[in-house]
Amino acid sequence: MRSSAFVEIKNAAKSFGTLQVLRDINLSVERGQIVAIIGPSGSGKSTLLRAINELDPLTSGEVWLEGVQINRQLPPRQYEKHVNQVRQNIGMVFQHFNLFPHLTVRGNITLAPRMLKGISEADANALAEEQLTKVGLLEKIDEYPSRLSGGQKQRVAIARALAMKPKVMLFDEATSALDPELVEEVNQVMKQLAEEHMTMIIVTHEMDFAASVCDRVIFMDGGVVVEEGPPSVLFKNPQEERTRNFLRKHLARNGD
Amino acid sequence: MSALLVLARKTISKGPNMDIDLILRVYPFFIEAAWVTIELSVLTTILGLTCGALGAAARLSRNVVLRAIGAVYVSVFRGTPALIQLFILYFGGPQIGINLDAFDAGVIGLGVNIGAYMTETMRGAIISVNKGQTEAARTLGMSRWETMRKVVLPQAMRMMIRPLGVNINALIKGTALVAAISVVELTYTAQRYIGSTYKPFEMFLLSGVLYMVIIYIVGHGISWLDRKARIV
Ligand SMILES: Nc1ncnc2c1ncn2[C@@H]1O[C@H](COP(=O)(O)OP(=O)(O)OP(=O)(O)O)[C@@H](O)[C@H]1O
Ligand SMILES: [Mg+2]
Repeated sequence: MRSSAFVEIKNAAKSFGTLQVLRDINLSVERGQIVAIIGPSGSGKSTLLRAINELDPLTSGEVWLEGVQINRQLPPRQYEKHVNQVRQNIGMVFQHFNLFPHLTVRGNITLAPRMLKGISEADANALAEEQLTKVGLLEKIDEYPSRLSGGQKQRVAIARALAMKPKVMLFDEATSALDPELVEEVNQVMKQLAEEHMTMIIVTHEMDFAASVCDRVIFMDGGVVVEEGPPSVLFKNPQEERTRNFLRKHLARNGD
Repeated sequence: MSALLVLARKTISKGPNMDIDLILRVYPFFIEAAWVTIELSVLTTILGLTCGALGAAARLSRNVVLRAIGAVYVSVFRGTPALIQLFILYFGGPQIGINLDAFDAGVIGLGVNIGAYMTETMRGAIISVNKGQTEAARTLGMSRWETMRKVVLPQAMRMMIRPLGVNINALIKGTALVAAISVVELTYTAQRYIGSTYKPFEMFLLSGVLYMVIIYIVGHGISWLDRKARIV
């Protein structure tokens, strides 16, 4: 069964042992669409995101990207090859950056493209410069990650993901580990990607950011999608009691 | 305080004087023996690191059989005295068709033994690399092996320098065991000269000092490596 959407998740369920974390989730994302996933802690947002690139494979259900099923059932060797292939199309940005501390910024960005796409050193360097220019950090190209601020680290992590020329970008609370004054520079980079129509799925606790950047907001709770819609509707006029409760707490905490 | 001084003076004057002449006469033979200890240590380290790398790879493998082999290796060699392992190899070996001269048996026995400790050192360093590192690399599309080679190992290797230094320190001191299978190294040489001079204090002191020199130099080498490998 082929899928028409760009990213499509069908009947996704996931358990860790006896703990069921995702229950029958369906979600489709069009090319260029920007989707925010919000919800209380433990609702399964990260798990859903990590299922998309097989970091946490689903227990049942399907994940598709551009007509290719990502979580195909294959013999181990073929599965490895398949997964390594499809992951090149899916960029991921983590809460804690996960930059490689033993490599410079340049090394971080060029490692995977050089190894996986067999591009020359010169091309890889050009690629690193291009991506760093995009995130405004060209002058840090020969620094080690330990010399960067949190916001700079995250921008390098984004550049590293973009260097693989992914078709979709996944963000798992990309700004949650940052000091408040560093959040904006990362948000700016993500906004810029949005303007370039990068397809993005963004797990976030920042309602303002979700409202200003995303086309659609998904509210998850207890492993299910409780409600979804454009931010104007979901934030201003939520239909579900659980959504209203969540938003009330969150918007109050954000102080607006 | 003064009582202590008196006691010390008494002990020294009452005990036999240290025979400096004897030490000066025999020390060249001890230096020669020290080279044997060094040679033993170097070869044992090489074999130990090899066994350690293989052992760690086995213990971290996805293959159940390899994991089991690794676990048995570690528990057998860490769970029995190194001296017994040496005796089994050297004295018991011929019974099952393994005929090694004492030096080779010493290197193999000690190397395989320390390899079991090094297995755990290396495994520990590898699994202590943050899981996020592997996730980031795998997410970019790198295979398990590529991730291990380019992301995990370079970080783990820096972390294992010091603990491997501890293993090597133990190994150098452990080479004294091969005196028991008559390898003419520092400890055996001391014993031999005691047999002819009846001066155990001088002889053991001399060999002890030489062990210390070796360990001091190696210790500094390890610290230097560790500093050089520090991530900027
Ligand atoms: N590897 C794992 N093994 C066992 N349980 C897990 C694992 N990963 C997540 N869980 C559990 O699954 C549930 C959902 O976790 P998940 O990380 O997806 O939540 P989340 O919505 O991202 O929360 P947060 O906002 O705190 O990041 C939690 O109860 C969590 O404890
Ligand atoms: Mg999460």
